[in-house]
Amino acid sequence: MSYAADPEAIARELNGAHPGAVLETSRHRGQAALLVDPERVLEALGWLREGPGGGYAFLASLHAADYLPAEPRFGVHYELLCMERVERLRVKALLANPGDGDLPVIDSCVSLFPTAEFQEREAYDFFGIEFRGHPDLRRILMPEDYEGWPQRRDFPLGGEPVIFTHNEHTTPNWYD
Amino acid sequence: MRREKLRRAAPLDEPAATGDLKIRQQRARALLRGELEGEELERHVRESVITTSFDAAVRWARSNAIWPATFGLACCAIEMMSMVSARYDAARYGAEVFRASPRQADLLILSGRVSIKMAPVVRRIYDQMLEPKWVISMGACSSSGGMFANYAVVQGADKFMPVDVHVPGCPPRPEALMHALLKLQRKVQERPDLGWRARYGAAGTEEPARLAREQERA
Amino acid sequence: MTEHAVIGTSPIERTDALDEELLTVNMGPHHPATHGVLRLLVQLEGEVVRDLKPIIGYVHTGIEKSCEDKSYWKAIPFVERMDYLSYYFNALAFCGAVETLAEVEVPARAQYLRVIHLELNRIHSHLVWLGTSALDLGAISMFWYCFRDRDRVLDLFEMSSGQRMHTRYFQVGGVAEDIPRGFVERVRAFCAEMPSRVDQYEALLDRNEIFLRRTKGVGIVPRDRLLALGVSGPLLRAAGEPWDLRKVTPYSSYEDFEFKIPIGTVGDGYDRYRVRMAEMRESLRIVEQALDGLPEGPWITGDRKYALPPRHELGTSMEALIHHFKLVTEGYRVPAGEVYYPVESPRGEMGCFVVSDGSAKPARVHMRDPSFVNLQALREMSVGGYVADLVQNLAMLDPILGGIDR
Repeated sequence: MSYAADPEAIARELNGAHPGAVLETSRHRGQAALLVDPERVLEALGWLREGPGGGYAFLASLHAADYLPAEPRFGVHYELLCMERVERLRVKALLANPGDGDLPVIDSCVSLFPTAEFQEREAYDFFGIEFRGHPDLRRILMPEDYEGWPQRRDFPLGGEPVIFTHNEHTTPNWYD
Repeated sequence: MRREKLRRAAPLDEPAATGDLKIRQQRARALLRGELEGEELERHVRESVITTSFDAAVRWARSNAIWPATFGLACCAIEMMSMVSARYDAARYGAEVFRASPRQADLLILSGRVSIKMAPVVRRIYDQMLEPKWVISMGACSSSGGMFANYAVVQGADKFMPVDVHVPGCPPRPEALMHALLKLQRKVQERPDLGWRARYGAAGTEEPARLAREQERA
Repeated sequence: MTEHAVIGTSPIERTDALDEELLTVNMGPHHPATHGVLRLLVQLEGEVVRDLKPIIGYVHTGIEKSCEDKSYWKAIPFVERMDYLSYYFNALAFCGAVETLAEVEVPARAQYLRVIHLELNRIHSHLVWLGTSALDLGAISMFWYCFRDRDRVLDLFEMSSGQRMHTRYFQVGGVAEDIPRGFVERVRAFCAEMPSRVDQYEALLDRNEIFLRRTKGVGIVPRDRLLALGVSGPLLRAAGEPWDLRKVTPYSSYEDFEFKIPIGTVGDGYDRYRVRMAEMRESLRIVEQALDGLPEGPWITGDRKYALPPRHELGTSMEALIHHFKLVTEGYRVPAGEVYYPVESPRGEMGCFVVSDGSAKPARVHMRDPSFVNLQALREMSVGGYVADLVQNLAMLDPILGGIDR
């Protein structure tokens, strides 16, 4: 869908301005993506938004994914769009699970893209990714007191076993 | 004098006489004035008055004026709105007045998936409705969780509230919902005891306001 | 200065009036405005809205997580039930993403059929929007008329796929079945009659004094702010930004059709209304052009790894039988990778992000729903206006809670 043609060039310029920000580039199925260091995500996004080779001022989507069993486990994706040149670019940051009940942390980009407010809350709600600097980080779609991060791969899908005649009487809470 | 006139104009044993409108009108007026007696009275009553019990009459009136509460949750709500619209027209069954306030509604049509966040709200709205009240669980999602067997959807609204009629479908056609409405009407008219109170032995759990007040006073 | 309540964790701006108290009102998930289970915590000073916090999640269905448990084929009905008024768009976003990952070609006939159904769905969605929004603003007659026409669109859907809503008609590689005989004539008859109906709706509302007073100048958010908030679709176009994915990055052969993008000037409720009415007319034109140019050919890809072989082959060809078996039991395997596929739904940019790990089940499906992002604009639209304007803003925003909550 008309992604940037040369992500390597963008990565070189971005690394020139902020060395070490971009770790990898890729262009899979015609979709350009930059893999950035999660600690440098704000710099990278800021540069892309304003920078000379940039202008990606519209954040189309911010979403997270759980790549279990691959490590690092969590990926935060930023789908950027430049409306003048009609070009998209994906920025991806991979976070490892610290373990011990701690949450992976990444900087919040609400200061750059106000649209990220709800979307970061959704990533927090479902994956437990903490966004440093978010004005109001709390659950958005699950009930406020819900425990657990539902869309993590190791969280069970839930639901109940379907009751057929063969398992009728052995299913818990089957009412007589 | 009038009685003679009637007998001459419309002899009692002739069935054709009852077809004439003028004659019937005169008989009805005579009835009201108290002039019909005996045979004439019996005949007139048999032809023009229905007798019923008070309960049956009340049930008939209730069933034909069920007012649903606006409770659209998800996709089924659109088909519910379709049922109210001109083509499928729930108004001919007395059910087009969708009340926004649960206090004024008789029927809760649960149209859509009930998520775990919404379930307490649904129960609250149901509790705020006044007796007698009924529930139609429209669609697969509110009847049994539907296709969503996961952490977020309550697997059937009858886990936390009594449901009178379940409607299958995803979403059910407006005709299916109307069928459910008609079924509910028949249930209200003929067998008001058939429902969760009889099945779960919960008779006596109704709380009409009058009883509550009397108990307080006592 | 009186102490005032805080909603959530961020404080509200102080008001300067000494005696004014802020009243927090909960427009609960169950309310007469027929837009779904949206809960709004509104802080009012008299009748003026001082702050607004939407609380969502009351119809959260866990669709994204459920898709991870199902094969790609079975995930299509799940994804369709997200934004439940524009079901073909949900399906296209998902199917398009999988087709991009799997590099499956969609034949021309299938693309045109998809466009016909998409634009009919857009008309359907705008009709429901118009009916329910006018209902919210008090013009109840619009509800009856719009639903009358909406039923005609659903008749067309029922003719092509057997279901009125959530038809599962779009499949990876094309559409599930060819259209039946008579479908083209019925759609043409609909397109011939619909413009006069749209004229009737406009005659009812366009110069209606009450409607004008309620929508003109209300709910204006500057275009730059809308872009910063990520708003897309008719709301953005009403503010004057000519951005429509069907024109700038055409997909599914939209480049073959000639149509205009209606844009507004001010970005108030009236502009949003006019933009959507004009979009309905443009959609009718697109459908007519698609019918005129409908090519012959297969309606789904011939790649047997992704589409079922025709039944008559099962009796004679062993490969067809094996393909059928594998597709029905396991489903098709999609090569590993991740892809984001955006389409222009009636509410804005709807994108589907699919991560595949090479197996027959998706590893992650995320739908970027336009209503979810557009809802953030409600606060800016409503603060400083009256409560009645809040209802109007919500109507013109056209949120679909199924999409917001997923």
